[in-house]
Amino acid sequence: MSGLAPSRGEIDTTLRAILCDVLGLDPDDVAEFDGDTGLFGHLPELDSMAVAGLLTEMEDRLDILIEDDDVDGEMLETYGGLLAFAEAKVVEG
Amino acid sequence: MYTSWTCPLPGGGTSDEIALTFDQGRKHRLLVIPALFDEANKMRRHTVEVMRRLDLSGVDSFLPDLAGWNDSLAPLRNQTLEGWRAGIAAAIAEFQPSHVLTIRAGALLAPDGLPGWRHAPTGGKQALRAMLRARTIAAKEAGREETMEALQALGRSEGITLAGWQLGADMFAALESATPPENEMQAEIAQSLLGGGGLWLRAEPDEDPEQADAMAAIIAIALLGGDA
Repeated sequence: MSGLAPSRGEIDTTLRAILCDVLGLDPDDVAEFDGDTGLFGHLPELDSMAVAGLLTEMEDRLDILIEDDDVDGEMLETYGGLLAFAEAKVVEG
Repeated sequence: MYTSWTCPLPGGGTSDEIALTFDQGRKHRLLVIPALFDEANKMRRHTVEVMRRLDLSGVDSFLPDLAGWNDSLAPLRNQTLEGWRAGIAAAIAEFQPSHVLTIRAGALLAPDGLPGWRHAPTGGKQALRAMLRARTIAAKEAGREETMEALQALGRSEGITLAGWQLGADMFAALESATPPENEMQAEIAQSLLGGGGLWLRAEPDEDPEQADAMAAIIAIALLGGDA
């Protein structure tokens, strides 16, 4: 790894890998997720403890810090929302 | 098989607890200290699957409950990290292990004197953070506002229930600063060595036979390789 921030493509790949690990889904199924794919409130496995694990893993693997106030329904509702949030956090550094 | 053993309680007294054991009086005897709290449930099946494989490989293993774990009659809110460390010391006296395996935050309870392994060790702060976060997210969903800072203050002063786990103030405060002790005799088994994602991350408890195979093989080869 260089010291450069991950590219958008890398963030997308990492985020899908984290969702595979948290949801125990086949990578091929997660590869089908698009911007409108529903997450929190749509996937029964994704309860509050699972979301907490998801956020903690995003912090570790994307090297970002997620504050309480950052977490809202919008960022968790769809895959596109979560990806946009992750990208913004990585840019923030 | 299941057996019962006598676990010390903080402040004196004892509690009868269950232990899952594969004990044939063999040379290599592994004490297993499981993941804690929320991760305990998610890692239980993996942990026992590794023990079953080690049994077939000729290694004895022991998974004692401490006070406040699983079916224990001792309330979790009365337990302390120090008390659990004393519990592990008592378990060592009872089961006479030659080695130790800790899983995740179980590493916080690792005894000094035994060689062995730590699977993906993590600190108390990280364990608390995920559970605190789950509580703030659940509160937000329910239309209540709870901040991390307020919950931490409550945890330190009165104790707190996080993700269903009743943590006393002593336990909460100790976890905030607890890190796995340094010990060169205990090798880390990183998740990357097992293939696949960490099962503690799963939203629902799950198992992965290949990960259990890999973990048992790492331990069995190290223990039995020297006997050949």
